[in-house]
Amino acid sequence: MAEPTKDAVPADVTPNVSEVETVDAETPEEAVAAIEAPVERGEPILQVRNLVKHFPLTQGIIVKRQVGAVKAVDGISFDLYQGETLGIVGESGCGKSTVAKLLMTLEQATAGEVFYKGQDITKLSGRALKAVRRNIQMVFQDPYTSLNPRMTVGDIIGEPFEIHPEVAPRGDRRRKVQELLDVVGLNPEYINRYPHQFSGGQRQRIGIARGLALNPEIIICDEPVSALDVSVQAQVINLMEKLQDEFNLSYLFIAHDLSIVRHISDRVGVMYLGKMAEIGTDEQIYDHPTHPYTQALLSAVPVPDPEAREGRERIILTGDVPSPANPPSGCRFRTRCWKAQDKCAQEVPLLAIPERFAGEDTPAAHESACHFAEEKDVVHAA
Amino acid sequence: MTITEKTADVPAPRSGEEKSGRLLDVKDLHVEFHTRDGVVKAVNGVNYSVDAGETLAVLGESGSGKSVTAQAIMGILDMPPGKIPQGEIIFRGQDMLKMSNEERRKIRGRKIAMIFQDALSSLNPVLSVGYQLGEMFRVHEGLSRKEAKAKAIELMDRVKIPAAKERVSDYPHQFSGGMRQRIMIAMALALEPDLIIADEPTTALDVTVQAQVMDLLADLQREYNMGLILITHDLGVVADVADKIAVMYAGRIVETAPVHELYKRPAHPYTRGLLDSIPRLDQKGQELYAIKGLPPNLLKIPSGCAFNPRCPKAQDICRTEVPPLVPVTERDGAELAGRGSACHFWKETIHG
Repeated sequence: MAEPTKDAVPADVTPNVSEVETVDAETPEEAVAAIEAPVERGEPILQVRNLVKHFPLTQGIIVKRQVGAVKAVDGISFDLYQGETLGIVGESGCGKSTVAKLLMTLEQATAGEVFYKGQDITKLSGRALKAVRRNIQMVFQDPYTSLNPRMTVGDIIGEPFEIHPEVAPRGDRRRKVQELLDVVGLNPEYINRYPHQFSGGQRQRIGIARGLALNPEIIICDEPVSALDVSVQAQVINLMEKLQDEFNLSYLFIAHDLSIVRHISDRVGVMYLGKMAEIGTDEQIYDHPTHPYTQALLSAVPVPDPEAREGRERIILTGDVPSPANPPSGCRFRTRCWKAQDKCAQEVPLLAIPERFAGEDTPAAHESACHFAEEKDVVHAA
Repeated sequence: MTITEKTADVPAPRSGEEKSGRLLDVKDLHVEFHTRDGVVKAVNGVNYSVDAGETLAVLGESGSGKSVTAQAIMGILDMPPGKIPQGEIIFRGQDMLKMSNEERRKIRGRKIAMIFQDALSSLNPVLSVGYQLGEMFRVHEGLSRKEAKAKAIELMDRVKIPAAKERVSDYPHQFSGGMRQRIMIAMALALEPDLIIADEPTTALDVTVQAQVMDLLADLQREYNMGLILITHDLGVVADVADKIAVMYAGRIVETAPVHELYKRPAHPYTRGLLDSIPRLDQKGQELYAIKGLPPNLLKIPSGCAFNPRCPKAQDICRTEVPPLVPVTERDGAELAGRGSACHFWKETIHG
């Protein structure tokens, strides 16, 4: 695959993320040992720095020529702390799911680093990478297509043990799978059933059990409840919160339902067109948003209270998200922003605490990538 | 024959220009599907009505029968396997289930139009959007191709598609999701119908685009004084646009109420459960309320009240007797307009 090299990737300076303490492992044994080492609660477990993923666009059938790139993720940085839930929200096409795949090393990053306990996982291979993958697991969006219809539940949940036999010796697997079924609230006797015999919510529980099988430290949840019925969503969210306490997990929770994200997250990041627009604690983002995109997003969410529909101000964005193959210069949101000025077209706003709020002890003082960041009162769903 | 008699019975004149009053009355509608595994009872006695200019929201989970009811009204159910063993669908005084296919075809599209959930699979990928929009005028009004195309451009302008003139010959895949949904809306609006049925019109869209589309739909509805049946599972969208709500569960309407009333004081445990399971700010860090269990299998709906296995208030009577949809009143017996609940214990539910 041709990787774009000429495209100068803008060095996105994010001053407010923690410093990475890298671990220089000489041998694979040392690398694995560092990966197995525990992390204190509240310490960063995953540090993402200037992560970039460009998918090349090619032309020609015999001689393939690169004519551009879809800039799915274009320089994002954030930390995930041990034991916390970081929510990532944004519209479709903003690169949320690509971030998830990069963190799982299912995709190779074009540039940037992902430090897991001080080691850059984009450069790991062999045993060390395998050890990392054991510790970072994923729960997928669609419980109908992410389970193999020809495998029994026992085989699906037990499959991770085939790759990592050290977690459960062969003779012990059946018991282990039954334990997992019990943990996620399914009857352990269902071990020989097939996925089609379960409802959507039950299937998502199977997907969660598979994610838990290897005792991971991080679970990346890519829209885990959006395919489920309203009355079942709450059940799965409760289960995920219970499991987080029980197994001391860190979640990266990707979703587009803002009220669910607020409920489950400690911190929330808002993505727009491959960039992080704003990041902060749930209170900072939902009650004191300073980026116009976050404000528009929050105001667009329908409030489940008919009393609110009269007096509330709604920011209705015009147009669609621009193509990530040809994003606008400067601030990517400027084409739909009501505050846009010349400066926005020329300078890329950095993700930093806005100067006007710097040093102040207000909830508005959190990282926001806007030249004209200011608070705006928006009524919203959560 | 029956039809002429029917028309004579009804005092309201059936003139095409009439744009007010009762549009649609669905009475005791049943729909079932005969499959190899047995009879799936998708709709079991639904009653609702829509007036001109009014928005009725039909709320329910997947499998509650909300879409099947809409398809029965439109007359686009696959029959077989579908079957309507009983019920009436009265549109402007005439029972559509007794009409011939020819007569129904005249109503479909012209008087009642439908907006589907997934615009990409509802539009024909090999025909330009202009052709598909113009089809309404060619078939129903007999316009020429050229006239129909001009009308199509007009419609695209009306639903605020930029550069309509240039884009009228584009194909569905060249439009974004929000624009495609606008084209669906334009198509439904083409002949200025009296009633629009929107089946989850924004479920596949992002929130920012959803806001645009719902806004557009509300504007057009006001402009033409149309009736709107909005089928959805999103309590937020309902609160934003509906006038009255019908909550469906397992093919039955379990509660009807004006929008403000429903959110303030639900009179059915299922509605209450749905409202309670919305994450609220003051519940952060606590367990969300969840309705236990799963929606029922329509092949074997539980006896009595279909919600009884999941209901926190269920008693013996709920397992044996099907609760009818009864009017809900205040404590002192004062009538609450438009409210009904199909629960044996609605009094306890609404009045605590």
